[in-house]
Amino acid sequence: MDLRVEFAGLVLKNPIITASGTFGFGLEFMNFGDLTRLGGIVVKGLSLKPREGNPMPRIVETPCGMLNAIGIQNPGVEAFVRDKLPLLPWRETAIIANLYACSVQEFGDLTGVLAGEEGVAALEVNVSCPNVQTGGAAFGQDPTQIRKVTEEVKKRAAGKPVIVKLSPNVTDIALCARAAQEGGADAVSLINTLLGMAVDIRTRKPRLANVVGGLSGPAIKPVALRCVHQACRAVSIPVIGIGGIGTAEDALEFILVGASAVQVGTANFLRPDQAFRIVADLPRVMLKAQCEELKELRGSLNIA
Amino acid sequence: MVVRNCREVKVREVRFLGAWDEPSDFVELTLESPGWEGYKPGQFAMLRPKHWGLELTWGRPFSISRSDDDSLTFFFQVVGRGTARLARLNPGDEVIVWGPLGNGFSAPLETPTLLLAGGMGIAPFRGYIERHPSPEFLRLFFAHRPDLSCYPYSALTEKVRAEAMQEKTPDDLPAIIARLDQEVRNTAGGMVLACGPLPFLKTVQQSAKAHGVRAELSLERSMACGVGACLGCVCKNVQDKHVQVCAHGPVFKADDVQL
Repeated sequence: MDLRVEFAGLVLKNPIITASGTFGFGLEFMNFGDLTRLGGIVVKGLSLKPREGNPMPRIVETPCGMLNAIGIQNPGVEAFVRDKLPLLPWRETAIIANLYACSVQEFGDLTGVLAGEEGVAALEVNVSCPNVQTGGAAFGQDPTQIRKVTEEVKKRAAGKPVIVKLSPNVTDIALCARAAQEGGADAVSLINTLLGMAVDIRTRKPRLANVVGGLSGPAIKPVALRCVHQACRAVSIPVIGIGGIGTAEDALEFILVGASAVQVGTANFLRPDQAFRIVADLPRVMLKAQCEELKELRGSLNIA
Repeated sequence: MVVRNCREVKVREVRFLGAWDEPSDFVELTLESPGWEGYKPGQFAMLRPKHWGLELTWGRPFSISRSDDDSLTFFFQVVGRGTARLARLNPGDEVIVWGPLGNGFSAPLETPTLLLAGGMGIAPFRGYIERHPSPEFLRLFFAHRPDLSCYPYSALTEKVRAEAMQEKTPDDLPAIIARLDQEVRNTAGGMVLACGPLPFLKTVQQSAKAHGVRAELSLERSMACGVGACLGCVCKNVQDKHVQVCAHGPVFKADDVQL
């Protein structure tokens, strides 16, 4: 069965991509599966300079999901290019860099470092970070800022596909998707985590040192599916579905509402071989859904 | 060479320690061997029963109590939702196990080595003693609150000199700390290995520093992935950098880590 997907200038051997922040740099999972079996790997969010991230505690398990406030701890883009990228099977599997910055200029500089790297197949822009120049509100909450960041990254990407990863913590996700498209994005990916919190009545403290964090996991799948559905109707560029995807069935649900590919995130924590298992299970589940090729299923949701 | 993997294996035995005939909170869980090509005492594994639905998102990390070609044993206490469910496993149930993870304790040959266990921190020392090439150089000091019968203590005392002290009330604590400090001092020139709750590890760290004794501490953290990806289990090293306890530990040199 042909599982190949082509979109935004990318050719993936299947639509299963691992999501940023849940799969390290890929190398952490080499003992648990063959990385070249994956459609793609989005690596841990990268910033221009190394970041130590937030204080502990940083993660909390919640019903059917988890909250995280890691704070983009990462060794910096240069260390990634020098120490991690050469060890990844980038000729066989698309390695997508995830970009984190606090200003439009910084996004541009970060793009500049990665644009010439042969091993990087595409750039995914995390617009959920605070914009220090506009008082700290996230880029992703303001369509104008989304467009500006997208334009800047696109300008310096030297032709590499630019994917804008959208935040669901907005009033109108369609507006944000359109802003990315207007800025020149080759695709959008959504959703990032939903802002949430957890508290402890015994200690009367928040369970995360950062007080608030991002909710992910199966709990958010219905929200993600709704957002992907709305984004697919709002833009003509490809959409990558993310949010609570843990099985091949989940992946096909997102493709049914119009996604070109999907990202598997928190499910990588259920067991470290879960993404590989989803890839292996995909043909069986496609047959069950009477789907011979993904193209035929994509966006075929029947709304009477 | 140690090769880690992720396997589905069957539960062989669930044994409750401490209570006479009803389930206690102290559980010894034995699984079929996942076929690891090696394990170093002090390493840990992640466990997630196969029948767990999606309500609990993460596996649970436990230090490996003992492991051989045939079986794999963990010792844990019921403290929350995950451990409560693990305690209800039955023989034949399938569990997803990934490991062996982390670095493990040093095992220097013919070196006086003091094993300091606080409560559940006794777990990894069972395998440590079993596998050590010169157990006659080992000494175990065990500090605990619940009754000694709640712990696999007697299984550890066959091969090594051992002493246990119980903290029945908080008034017992100063004597335990003084004894621990004396034991550390007596190990000068040797090695101290410690596993236990954070206040226990802090005491060991201070004592080892005061007496200039080499020490390794096994840290405990909540973990989501166990393999270094989620960055949810970090501690700070002396350079003030965040490092993952799962991937850089769980065993740290006492003078390399901030507690």
